[in-house]
Parts: sequence; C-alpha cells; structure tokens
Amino acid sequence: MRRSLITLAAVPAVAGLMLTSTGQNAHAQDKLKVGIIVTLSGPPAVLGGQVRDGFNLAVKSLGGKLGGVETEVVVVDDELKPDVAVTKVKGLVERDQVNFVVGPIFSNVLQAIHKPVTDSNAILISPNAGTSNFAGKQCHPNFFVTSYQNDQNHEVLGKYAQDKGFKKVFLMAPNYQAGKDALAGFKRHFKGEVLDEVFTPLGQLDFSAELAKIAAAKPDAFFTFMPGGMGVNLVKQYRQAGLGTIPFLSAFTTDESTLPAQKDDAVGFLAGANWAPNMDNAQTKAFVTAYEAAYGAVPGTYAMQAYDAALLIDSALKATGGKTGDRDALRAALKKANFTSLRGKFKFGTNQYPVQDFFLVKVAKRTDGKYQTEIAERVFTDYVDVHAADCAMK
Amino acid sequence: MSTALLLVQVLNGLQLGVLLFLIAAGLTLVFGVMDFINLAHGVQYMIGAYLAAMFVAWTGSFWLGLALTLPTALAFGLLLEVLIFRRLYGRDHLDQVLATFGLIIFLNQAVKVLWGAAPLSVPMPELLSGSVRLMDGLLYPVYRLALITVGLCSALGLSLLISKTRVGMLVRAGASNAPMVSALGVDIGRLFMIVFGFGAMLAGFAGAIVAPILSVEPGMGDNLLILTFVVIVIGGIGSIRGAFIAALLVGLIDTLGRAFGPQLLRLMMEPAAANQTGRSLAPMLIYILMAAVLFFRPSGLFPVRQ
Amino acid sequence: MKRTLRSPAVWLFLALALVPLAAKLGAEGYLLSLATRALIFAIAALSLDLILGYGALASFGHAAFLGIGSYAVGILAAHGTGEIVLQLAVAMVAAILFAAATSAVSLRTSGVYYIMSTLAFGQMLYFLGVSLSAYGGDDGMSLAGRSRVLGTAFLESDGALYYVVLGVLVAFYAGARRIMGSRFGRVLSGIRENPVRMRAIGFEPFRYQLVACVIAGCMCAVAGVLLANQTGFVSPAYMTWQRSGELMVMVILGGIGTLWGAILGALAFLVLEEVLSGLTEHWKLILGPLLVMVALSGRGGIAGVVARVQRLFHGRGVR
Repeated sequence: MRRSLITLAAVPAVAGLMLTSTGQNAHAQDKLKVGIIVTLSGPPAVLGGQVRDGFNLAVKSLGGKLGGVETEVVVVDDELKPDVAVTKVKGLVERDQVNFVVGPIFSNVLQAIHKPVTDSNAILISPNAGTSNFAGKQCHPNFFVTSYQNDQNHEVLGKYAQDKGFKKVFLMAPNYQAGKDALAGFKRHFKGEVLDEVFTPLGQLDFSAELAKIAAAKPDAFFTFMPGGMGVNLVKQYRQAGLGTIPFLSAFTTDESTLPAQKDDAVGFLAGANWAPNMDNAQTKAFVTAYEAAYGAVPGTYAMQAYDAALLIDSALKATGGKTGDRDALRAALKKANFTSLRGKFKFGTNQYPVQDFFLVKVAKRTDGKYQTEIAERVFTDYVDVHAADCAMK
Repeated sequence: MSTALLLVQVLNGLQLGVLLFLIAAGLTLVFGVMDFINLAHGVQYMIGAYLAAMFVAWTGSFWLGLALTLPTALAFGLLLEVLIFRRLYGRDHLDQVLATFGLIIFLNQAVKVLWGAAPLSVPMPELLSGSVRLMDGLLYPVYRLALITVGLCSALGLSLLISKTRVGMLVRAGASNAPMVSALGVDIGRLFMIVFGFGAMLAGFAGAIVAPILSVEPGMGDNLLILTFVVIVIGGIGSIRGAFIAALLVGLIDTLGRAFGPQLLRLMMEPAAANQTGRSLAPMLIYILMAAVLFFRPSGLFPVRQ
Repeated sequence: MKRTLRSPAVWLFLALALVPLAAKLGAEGYLLSLATRALIFAIAALSLDLILGYGALASFGHAAFLGIGSYAVGILAAHGTGEIVLQLAVAMVAAILFAAATSAVSLRTSGVYYIMSTLAFGQMLYFLGVSLSAYGGDDGMSLAGRSRVLGTAFLESDGALYYVVLGVLVAFYAGARRIMGSRFGRVLSGIRENPVRMRAIGFEPFRYQLVACVIAGCMCAVAGVLLANQTGFVSPAYMTWQRSGELMVMVILGGIGTLWGAILGALAFLVLEEVLSGLTEHWKLILGPLLVMVALSGRGGIAGVVARVQRLFHGRGVR
C-alpha cells in the first residue's frame, strides 16, 4: 500500500493533463478556436507580443467573432525552442482542437511545426516567418502566409541601392540562416560592388570592431539585417561612431519594436517593408489609433500581419457560412483573400504567400514624440516572390 | 589594412576587455572568497541596467540616476543574500547552481512584467556625449573612453583595496581559509555579506554604466554571464589581477579575431573558404582560448588557491 | 524479487508503462508527444547523473550529445539512410570520439574549471551546428518521417515510439545500476570522495573518469536519436548551453546520485513546465522560486523527499 505512493506520485500529473484535455472534447464546433503560437520569452518576446495583441485587437473589433462565429483565442509560448513548439502545437491541435494555428515568429520554429500542423485538421497561417522552402518546393495547401517571403524585404533595399546608383556597399548580418538569406536577398537586385560581407556572431552586443571596418572601407551605403537588441545596439553605436553620413539601409532593424529604444539615433534611416503605420488608408489609421489606445505602443508589421490574419480568417468563414467542416471550401475561401487588408490590397500567389507592394520606408519622429516608419516610395508593385515558380500548386 | 585601423581595433578590444573586467570582478570576488557559484550575477548586472534606465528617466539626469542605482543595487544584492544565498554557503556547488538558476528564471520574467519586453535605452550624459576623431571617417565616443578610464581605475582601486586595506586582508584570508579566519575572531558572516553586497553593487554598476551604449532588455545578462565565467576561469578564480588580464585577453582576441580573422585566413586559403571558416571560428575563439589555457594551466592563469 | 518490488523505480516504470493507455482517454497525440519527450530527457538526465552524481563531474556541455544523436539521424536521413541501426551506430561512434577527445582535455581540470571546460566544448559544437548551412544551420532540418527499424515503419506509430523510448530508459537504468554496483562504480565513487586516496591504492582517476564520460555521452547520444524521431526535427537548439543547464537542473532537482532521481527530475521539470505554462503566461515567476526552494530545502531533491517519506512509512533504519 505504501509503495503505491510512488505510483500515485507519477500519475497525477498525467491525470491532470488528461482532465484538461478531455474537457475540451465536450465543446462542439459551435465555437471557432484559434491557437496563436509565438515567442513570448526572452528578448524576442516583444515580437510575439505584437502578434498576439494585433490578432486580439482584430477579434475584439469584430465583436469577438470571426466570420460571425464566436471565437476563442488560445495563446502559447514556443520559448524559441523548436522541440517545445512541436509538443505545444500538438496540444493546440489535439487537446484544444483549434481550427487555425497562427504563428510562429521565427523560421526555425516554423520548420519544426509545419508538418505537425499541416498533417492535422488545422490550417497554419504564418504572420511572420516565410521561409523559402515552403514558398517553393515544399508549398502546402494547408499553409498560408500573411507576411512576406523572408527574402523580399531585403530585396527592396537591394533594388533601391541599385536604382539610386550606389556603387560600393558594405553588408552585415548575424551569422545564422536568416542573416545569410538577408544578404542573399539584397544581392539579388544589387549589381554594384560589395566591399565586404560581415557576419557577426549571434547576440553580439558591441559592434566597435565592425564599425571601424565600415569607416575604413568608406562605402556609398551600408546594408544590414540586425533584429532585436542587436539592432538597437548597432544603430546607437553607428551614430556614436559618426557614421551617420553613410546611408543606413536595413530590414527588420529599425522597426516599431526597436524604435522606442533607438529613438533619435534611427531617425532618417531607411528600411524596406510592406507597410508602415502612416500608410494612407482609412483602415490603417483606425488600426494604429486603436492599437496605441489599447497597448500604448506604435504597431509594427508584426501586429499588422497578425491583424490581417484575423481578417483573412473572418473573410473565409463568411464565405463558407461559418463552417469549417469542408476543408476544400475553406481553403479555397482563404486563398481568395477577399478582405480589405490594412495594406490596402492583398492577394495570394499560387504558393499562398502574399503578392503585395513593397516600400522604402524612413524612420521619423512624430509630433507626439513617438517614433515610426513612414512610407518614402514604392519599390515593388504586386511583387511575387522568387521561389513561387518552384511551387507545384496552381 | 592601415596602422590606424589596427590601433583602433586594439582600442576596441581593450574597451571590451575593460567592460568584461567590470562585470567579472564582482563574480570572481564572490566565488573566490565564498566559494559560491553565483549564476545570478548576470541578472544582477541586468537589474543594474534596468534600475539605471528607470532612475535616469525619473530624474532626467544620468548622474542622479547612477547615484540612485548604486545603493539600490546594493540593497537588492543584500536582500538576495539574506533571503537565499546565506543558506547556501558551504553547501554543494550544485545546490547553488540550482538556486541561482531558479533566480535567473524568476528575475528575467519579473523584469519583463515590471518594464515590458521591449528594449529600453538610456541617454548618454551630456558631459560625455562628445566624440574624438580616431581616423578618417570614424568617431570614437568620449563615453567609451570614460568607460575605459573607469574600468582601469576600478581595477587599480580593487587591487589596492584587496592588498593594502584591512578589509582586503580579511577577504584574502577568507578566500584561503574561512574557518580559520572565523576562529581568529572575525565575524565571517558579516565579511561574507560585505563581499557579496560589494560584488552585487559592482555588477549593478557595470550594468548601469554600460546602458547608454548597449540596449537594456530581458535576458541581457545571460550570454554575458557565460562570457564572464570564461574570463574568471581563464584568469583564475578569486584573483582580481587574473580577471583583469584575462578580460583584456578575451576582449582583444575576440575583437581582433573578428576584425582581422578573415583577412588572415585569406592568406592561407581562397576567399570564399576563408570567409566561411572565419565566420564559423569567430564565436568559438574565446572558448578555444579557454580550453587552451586550461590545458596548460588547469586552475587558470593566476590561481588563488593552490 | 522482493527487493526489486521495493525499489521505487520499478513502480515508476510500471506507472509510465500505463501512460499510453491513459492517454487514449484524452488528447492522445499531444499527451504521447509530451510523455515521450519527457522520457527522452529522462534518459539524457540519467546519463548525466552517471558522471555528475557518481563522478562529481558537472558537465555543462552534456546537451552536445543530444545534438550528436539528432544530427546523426538528420544527416544520414538527408543522404538517404533512414535505418535506425545505422543511425544509432554512427551516433554512438561520434559520441564516443567526441567524449573521449573533449574529456581528455577537460579531465585535467576540476571543480568550476571542469564545468567551464565542458561548456567550452559544448559551445564549439553548437556554433559548428549553426554554421552547417547544408543541414539547415540554425533553421534546422525537418525529417520526412521517423527512422526505419530494420526496414519497417515500426516507429511511425506514436505508441510504438513511446514504448521504445520507455524500453531504452528501463534498459539504461538497469545498466547504469549494474555499472554503479560493480567495481568500476565503486572506484568512481571513491574517486569522487578522495582522489588522492584512490591514487595511493593504485587506481588512476583519469582512466575511470574518462570511461564514465564516454558511457554517459553514448547514452545521451541515443537520447538524441530518439529526440530527432519524436520531434521530426533536427536543430542546433538542442545543443545550447541553456539546454545543458536545464539537464543539470533536472538531475539536481531529482536528487543527485540516485539515478532514478534524475528520471523523476526530468519528468517533474518538463511536466511542470507544460502544466504551468498552460495556466499563466508568467509561469516562470512560479517555476523559479520553486527551484530555489528545492535547493534551499537541502533534502536531496525529489528523490530525497521520497526516500524520507518511505523511511517514515517503513519505520526502519536508513535504506
């Protein structure tokens, strides 16, 4: 009898999980469930927070319903660990029985959760990560992207540099897959001379050595992809080193998640994006006002893309009459993308990645003291990503 | 590659080294004197940075903010000592690892709850916001020169403190043989508290003065913690002199490796391979350095305990 | 037989064997996924306890072996070989070589210096993994399917994978128990307590510690092979220093040097993480202090508490 104590010790945890999972089975399909899986731990938490907040804001603005169906949103943290994400996403799909999985932020998590979700009954919508393999050879009918293909934002700066006549450019990115893709994307349209291509160790905080190299090389422009805290440090140190006269071109480095820390140091720097908070349409104005009122910060593209994901689901469910049972009808309705995006126009390519305009944006300080990116010029119109041709879907 | 660039990179390496020393000094003291693995040193550094961000924003002045941060970091360190660490002296190192690990998890989250997940910035003090022209097109912030000065003064001050004062003598004695010191009538508990508090304040001070040039975000201390351990292990645990020399070594090798590594490799292999190898080797350099040092000197360069 | 039944570990394994049946009553795929993952880390923690608990060798780079095992599966699969027998062989050989080479250097040091030395090697392997663009770099690689067992798709079933993992865990536990009960294990414990004395008797610590590290690394590499199969994904994220730290925490939490404590520690840590994160976004505010309290209580972790409870009930002397 006493030894069974040990047995009892091992079972309650499992029992507890079972209870929480059986409970969900009772709910029929009268409710719509959406699972959001993003990174909410560590330094990148601010990005996951934007996605969560942007999506929730959309659901709230639609009265808690998507496509007229009462919607429940479950938020899960992938901790930037792909193996944790796999288990958590299975929890979303099987225990919580979500109809849609929205996420993730990071490419390596996407690689890990793509198969578990697309093999299941749920549809995966990515509000950020858009890797090349899923845009091309491994495209899948259950996978939609509302953001972009990862290379595209970098291509904007490459084209801009080429058109502007910059002859010599210095490139820098962190030494990981996304960094390598960034510089490859830049070079796709830039035909001038690359003075140097520097890959810094991930998480590096002090760029004095690299900045000295840049100064010595005297490029016409500097392009970088340096997300998160790394970007905050780079921008500050770039100014402090007096390199402000060399045009600073970047993607995901000076965006609304880092601008509150970069402040005046980033003003005037150029970036590539598919949207900016000052975009001239009514829905953007309303979105930015509502977001700031609810969360106190200027929304960036992460929040915008999550908001659009909610609108996308809403439009698809309106088309199917609130039903998710007919998978083919649902997918077809999603692919139609019959909604008014915050970007104005939005449509999917054959690979279910967006076909959209891309802009050169400039960092500016608003009259109320906050910082945001603002549209400077359009660089690509209805841009289809370069990997779409490899996708077999029609 | 000009001599000017080489000199600039050496200066960068020295500055990184001095920064590492400021953070490592407190850790090596705590470890050396109290034989206590304080993994939470990294979060104490982070707390210092957050406190500085908060106080500077409140008071609008960098100096006032810094002045407020120091006693607060000290108080916070002492709080941790009384609540948690005091009970762990003399215990198995692994229990200390578990406790401080738990503390890291808790504080990284707490900081996010209190100040949000987005990175914060601290403005540079007006007095030190100028720049010096180091070479054509490159300005060097006066603030960084000030940092180097502060670091060097701290190193000097600490070593004088340890070797020339009574407290320093007690600290050295405590590092060699704590029970004996206690038997000789010194309140070892109070000594430990003083050392720990001082170590915590040093960590917080480092976090605060580094804030204007680095971003303040949750988890900022974690990777730095590993770097700090590398420094004190190379230098020899408990030795301020060791920490100083090791920090400079690590700073120089890391910076020069990143700056000139690919170029050096290009002398030996073709450009594409050189770049690739350089890129892969760069983050490993300090670990290779540490492994090499430990191979020849298993207790670091200047071990305190024989 | 009676002694076996008295062992808490046996009851634990029996309970674990029932999990898939219990899982059928709930969200089967999710629960099995969680349970399998927990058991895989239990194997890794068990392997670490061998050297940490018995040898007092706190390896801060143990997660490197998880990476070695996973990448053996990933790289071989990428080149067309999905057979698990081959993958295991490659994983173990690679683990033995890596453990032998790095321990030869690390074992020259002791204490914190040893910890940092193992960290250094773990980091080097991690950065190597990140730089391998051909295999996804830090983006990692998805696996098309699970490894084939002698040509069959036996492991594709979640239930089958779970029982295979449980079987490996039980086998490794029994093996570890035997090793620690043997002369080798006693010498290792002796070295932990007093290396000078052991050397005086004629046992050279280095050899024994090296062998222990190699065995532990090998076991952890097998866990890595299983991890790749469970997640269907291979990435350098399995080899970070934070991951090594978590392994150490699992062993310490469970109770150092008890072997089955390491298993409990891994299960407790992972299940806690899953349950707590479902309750609140700020679950780390609860987990952190919990770990601190376990450390402060000084009762030898979870295994220590269980042993104390057992003694209470048995009323007899120390076990």
